[in-house]
Amino acid sequence: MITFESVTKRYADGTVAADEVSFEVPEGELVVLVGPSGCGKTTALRMVNRMIEPTDGRITVNGEDAASVPAPRLRRDMGYVIQQVGLFPHLTIADNVATVPSLIGWDKDRTRERVEELIDTVGLSQEVANRYPRQLSGGQQQRVGVARALAADPPIMLMDEPFGAVDPIVRDLLQEEFLRLQRELKKTIIFVTHDIDEAMKMGDRVAIFNVGGILEQYSTPTDLLAEPANDFVVDFLGAERNLKRLALIPVSAVEHETGPLVSRNDSSDHAREAARESGTDWVIVTDAENQVEGWVFINELDGQQTVGGAEVQPFEAFVTEDESLRAALDVMVESPLNVAVRVDGDGRYEGVVTHNTLTGELK
Amino acid sequence: MAQSFFDWSWVMGNLGEIWAQLAEHIILTVVPVGLGFLMAFPMALASIRWPRLYSPLLGVAGILFSIPTLALFVIMIPFTGLSKATAIVPLTLYTLLILLRNTVEGLKGVPSHVREAAEAMGYTRTRQLFRIELPLAVPVIVAGLRIATVNTIAYVAITALIGQGGLGNLFMDGFLRQFPTPLIVGLVLSVALAVAADLGLLGVQYVLTPWQRNPG
Ligand SMILES: Nc1ncnc2c1ncn2[C@@H]1O[C@H](COP(=O)(O)OP(=O)(O)OP(=O)(O)O)[C@@H](O)[C@H]1O
Ligand SMILES: [Mg+2]
Repeated sequence: MITFESVTKRYADGTVAADEVSFEVPEGELVVLVGPSGCGKTTALRMVNRMIEPTDGRITVNGEDAASVPAPRLRRDMGYVIQQVGLFPHLTIADNVATVPSLIGWDKDRTRERVEELIDTVGLSQEVANRYPRQLSGGQQQRVGVARALAADPPIMLMDEPFGAVDPIVRDLLQEEFLRLQRELKKTIIFVTHDIDEAMKMGDRVAIFNVGGILEQYSTPTDLLAEPANDFVVDFLGAERNLKRLALIPVSAVEHETGPLVSRNDSSDHAREAARESGTDWVIVTDAENQVEGWVFINELDGQQTVGGAEVQPFEAFVTEDESLRAALDVMVESPLNVAVRVDGDGRYEGVVTHNTLTGELK
Repeated sequence: MAQSFFDWSWVMGNLGEIWAQLAEHIILTVVPVGLGFLMAFPMALASIRWPRLYSPLLGVAGILFSIPTLALFVIMIPFTGLSKATAIVPLTLYTLLILLRNTVEGLKGVPSHVREAAEAMGYTRTRQLFRIELPLAVPVIVAGLRIATVNTIAYVAITALIGQGGLGNLFMDGFLRQFPTPLIVGLVLSVALAVAADLGLLGVQYVLTPWQRNPG
């Protein structure tokens, strides 16, 4: 665990980069520091490993005052990914990754094994091991930067815009991969970005900073979106705040409605009754295995004995429980029925997500 | 003087002498550049650690560099006579300006994000200097050594005036006897020596900087 206790940093020229900042990074969580350029994110990060000393206040790491630990020792327990990647140009990729292991005196075999493992972990091919940084693409270099920080398996990671220097597609990929990795590794991470979407996606908790080193709000992404503390936070969260909230809520978290459900063999009257009970002018058709076959408008049943007599229209898309409500909304607006049909992994009917479900969730 | 402009038989008859002067020239180059580097290197490290030292150190090296060669010999002779030291001391002092400046600039040229990365990884200051900063400064430091070496090869000839001089003695000999052959031999050899030294140092740089080579 890392705690900031009323930490202030005033540079020699009077610039205040942290203004009585207090927050706590719980063990095993990924905390994102986000805010506009110059708000003090890098400064906050570097006070943790003592590359910058606070003017006032205290930072503790696992209960111990950081200022009481010799800086080089403190740093070897903290993987650091630097904002501009900062690979050592004169060392091969393997030697770059081996930086901390060789500083703390691992033997050659152990180091070599670890390097090979990490090159895999961050999704590079072993061929890059003997290349030099300038022979790699920006995305590959950022992966090496992450591998180098992970090398000695430090319990804490400090990451300064680790995916800043790549295009949006590669960034998305790196984010996904890193989240997957973090679910396994459960490191205590402080992650800096100026991109609010990245913050919301990566953070278990997010600290929003303002220029002058002011911590405006510290909360989970869901709470930030639901209850922004002030206008700055609202502005910073940006337009489409509700859509962003929906993106963070999984379909499994909301009650689904049963919906008017019939089979092809049911009588038209039965279908009319089912629609009336749910207040719809359509019914959903499933087969004996509960697989969704499609839907029928009630008025198309006129003159038909059974549901199967009318033409059953197939659905274009479904949602599953692990998708977000935003995905459900997407399905909803595409469907002539204005609902999203929820199915399980095998395509069996589970229920419908309606407009009311969404607005209820956003209240 | 009915003989031809260039007399091969003189060359053949004096191979031993020519070789000796060439060897002398090499010594009078290598020793001052080596000593100069040994002096400039700690001065450069001090200038990096205590940046206020840099200007005064550079100033002194600049003044030394601007003193005319002959004047320096004259100052030296009462102390060291017409010995090798009289040649070596001024030649060494002349290299300081270039070697100090290039070593400092080379170290300063290491990108700050690379330096910060090293710091963040937990390098101690000394280890960071020798493992990260110096290797990256090699191209600029070697560039300094190349200039200093070629300059020194040229300056050595002047020390013939105080009885040293390596290939410079061949110039003097040719000049005093109005006999161009030794002059030409000295000139060609000293140019060849400068070219060879320059290429040699480039080779050293090539070996020390594998990361700068183009991918094959
Ligand atoms: N060594 C320093 N001396 C004086 N001011 C500094 C120093 N380092 C940073 N600052 C100032 O402190 C403020 C915070 O800088 P910092 O680098 O922490 O911001 P940041 O949030 O990381 O910005 P960015 O998103 O651009 O990386 C800025 O106004 C910056 O100019
Ligand atoms: Mg920054």
